[in-house]
Amino acid sequence: MEKKTVVIGVIGADAHAVGNKIIDLTLCNHGFNVVNLGVMVSQEEFIDAAVETSADAILVSSLYGHGEIDCMGLRQKCDEAGLKNMPLFVGGNLVVGKQNFEDVKERFLSMGFDYVYAPSTPIEETIGDLKKHLGLE
Amino acid sequence: MKFLTVDVGSTYTKLTAIDATTREILGTAQAFTTIESDVMQGFERAWQELTEARPDNPCANFGYDQMLVCSSAAGGLKMVALGLVPDLTAKAARTAASNAGAKVVKTYAYEISGSEQQEIFDINPDLVLLCGGTDGGNREVIVANARRLVAIDRPFTTIVAGNKSATDEIRAIFEEAHKDVVITENVMPQFNKLNIEPARDAIRQLFIARIIEAKGLNRLQAMTPHKIIPTPLAVLQACELLSRGTATQQGYGDLLAIDIGGATTDVYSMAAGTPTVDNTMLKGLPEPWAKRTVEGDLGMRYSLTHVFEQLPERGFPQYEEQMKRVGEWVERCSSQPDTLAQPDSEEEKIEEFLGRSAVALAVERHCGRIADVYTPLGLMHTLEGKDLMDIPAVVGIGGVLRNSRHPEEILKGSLYNVMQPESTRPRNPKFYLDSRYIFAAMGLLRMVDEELACELLLRETKKIG
Repeated sequence: MEKKTVVIGVIGADAHAVGNKIIDLTLCNHGFNVVNLGVMVSQEEFIDAAVETSADAILVSSLYGHGEIDCMGLRQKCDEAGLKNMPLFVGGNLVVGKQNFEDVKERFLSMGFDYVYAPSTPIEETIGDLKKHLGLE
Repeated sequence: MKFLTVDVGSTYTKLTAIDATTREILGTAQAFTTIESDVMQGFERAWQELTEARPDNPCANFGYDQMLVCSSAAGGLKMVALGLVPDLTAKAARTAASNAGAKVVKTYAYEISGSEQQEIFDINPDLVLLCGGTDGGNREVIVANARRLVAIDRPFTTIVAGNKSATDEIRAIFEEAHKDVVITENVMPQFNKLNIEPARDAIRQLFIARIIEAKGLNRLQAMTPHKIIPTPLAVLQACELLSRGTATQQGYGDLLAIDIGGATTDVYSMAAGTPTVDNTMLKGLPEPWAKRTVEGDLGMRYSLTHVFEQLPERGFPQYEEQMKRVGEWVERCSSQPDTLAQPDSEEEKIEEFLGRSAVALAVERHCGRIADVYTPLGLMHTLEGKDLMDIPAVVGIGGVLRNSRHPEEILKGSLYNVMQPESTRPRNPKFYLDSRYIFAAMGLLRMVDEELACELLLRETKKIG
């Protein structure tokens, strides 16, 4: 069976590179074709990469607390670029301060993300959801 | 061993006589290109001038063992490039075609429309480069564009260098329509990985196979076993040689070369272009070490009005009077392309100003851009394209710079400008000039005698300013 392609990257002005490498490596080990955009990635770069590689999902990371602003409008831009129903995953330290995660999750779901992960979620959990969503399991 | 190089340009056919034994250039000559009737007439006339029986002519009894030919006649190699995303495969396609020495008239992204089909019909390109999708990536757009290309009733050949998973389908589309197609490796097999050499080689092969005949160069081709190549490719090869040197001769290292002509301005950079500023993240498509861009709207005669229209000085009231006089000169040159500025006149100053402005625009488009990003970790930068701020050498090539009395004044347009701090142009380079117009000839000679070509390039390229 053909490998599924996942676009990953750290969004906005965020330069946290270590987690990004771990996600890249783990996804590869689970048999995914990974398009890693690295750090400081704009919404447009996520979309351009997904269009060109015909990606099956986009996995957005954000560690520095400004994720909410950085992620706003990504779903709408995906729709505009013809990436209808593109599965969007997001995780990391998404917001400033210690907020109730259920509220945060609700806000990101209403922004159009399909899966939202709390801080310190192991990447294996996300990969499990990814496989389920793409019908690999 | 004696070599003769022939450069069939759109205006002049230029000959260079080289002696490999005494390791020198014996002479050069030129005559008007006669591509419309028979290209051999122009060649014969230039040959007569080269070997004219004058007592002081070292070429009077010149006979050559090998002849090498390049051509940019009859509009050069006219191409259009198609890709998917503008900043990704469309840009990769453009880069591949430019580096092969083609004149890329237009680049298209996404699925082309009916009016864009018409536009390609009107451009009537020699070749079309069709790209789109990484290997295993998007295939819908490249397949749709293949269908649209076969519907255009022009005799161009299409080179397909896109998603490998779509190539069988595309081949079938072209074969069914009885259109010429060449399929080669993807210009971007993986995301952000450039692979332009196979497409570049395919373009070069097709230039030999189809263009030579179409442009009436076959009689010239019949005189030599060496394949005719596009002139810009020859110049690129010379720039590469001057930069890298050979096993026994040290080259210039990183360099930027500028050829400003009557209709177009070519910029070549031989440099990795890695960031010169700390804390800089690279963005966008990686760039080839040897990169060529060609600006079809920047030139000193046929496209001088476009240069004038883009002058940043326009629109400031304090320059109104000067701009009026510049405008008058532009008008004169456009209606009479053989107009020349008188030495030490105001016209000469205007001409240098316009040349400098054209160079500034061309180099700005060739170089990268750096941007400041404020992050919680402090100030960081992003760089898109090449950072050429620390490049040590800027070389002027081509007729306009060679004929100018102050070529360094024109080349200064390439310098870093504090008004545009984002443009990563050279800050403190030394200026050089191809004083005998030999770059194309040396690019050709390199294919048979690299050491000699490098030696002559190093000797004949003069430091100026």
